[in-house]
Amino acid sequence: MAERPLSPHISVWRWGPAMLVSIIHRITGDGMAFVALPVLLWWLAALAGGPESYETFTSLATTWYGYVILVGISWAFFNHLASGIRHFVLDIGAGYAVEANNRWSVVTTLSGLVLTAAFWAALVLL
Amino acid sequence: MGGGTDIGRVRGLGSAHHGSHHWLLQRFTAAGNLITVGYLAFSILLLPDLSYTTVRGWLGGPVPPVALALLIVSVFWHARLGLQVMIEDYVHSSGNRFAAILVLNLLAFAGAAFGLFCLTRIVMAIASETAVLTTIQAAQQQAGAGGVM
Repeated sequence: MAERPLSPHISVWRWGPAMLVSIIHRITGDGMAFVALPVLLWWLAALAGGPESYETFTSLATTWYGYVILVGISWAFFNHLASGIRHFVLDIGAGYAVEANNRWSVVTTLSGLVLTAAFWAALVLL
Repeated sequence: MGGGTDIGRVRGLGSAHHGSHHWLLQRFTAAGNLITVGYLAFSILLLPDLSYTTVRGWLGGPVPPVALALLIVSVFWHARLGLQVMIEDYVHSSGNRFAAILVLNLLAFAGAAFGLFCLTRIVMAIASETAVLTTIQAAQQQAGAGGVM
């Protein structure tokens, strides 16, 4: 490939909400592929294996580090869900004006946190 | 291949008309994930607890195992597409990129197949337990009707 000047890269841009949403979308998505999918398969395999293997799964899942991973997975899911819906909105060509884009980027990031908190509150209370 | 720029090499060759395939499937499976993982999340919230007996009882119904089977297909497909984009962005040597995407495809299919296999085993076990239970109940009823006291 010919040596051409590259467009300005990550280091020269001032950080904004859209960049934050974008990189978190990628981190949560790829993170879930590496963590949540193995946990999902482990849960299914434990269920298929019988009461004893399910007991092994739940005893590990309910340790403090088990909860850290499960809360992390749920946050990754709800955050990725919110930023994924933002992608659908952007796909129809809406939400590109700077002010609207910044506002909805912040709303997206916050709704991931709020949905995670609501999920665990409901799980504990229901 | 000449040493020109990428665009210079492909200019005039026309569109392959396949560029939107990956993009569209990423969105179709995203919608699938929204529905199936949403269903799983609500089911987890609505079940009285997540014990072995409760979860197995839940999977004895017709909808939950079908939803989980669809979830496995949709989620692993979506993950395959997403990880492919990550590999294409960060793995710059074309040989390594090809190898990484090859491994990704094998793992995605293996993961989905294992998930569906586990689900099948769970459902088959529940079905055979139900069959045994029905047989025992029928035998008990027959014994009762025969007047063996």
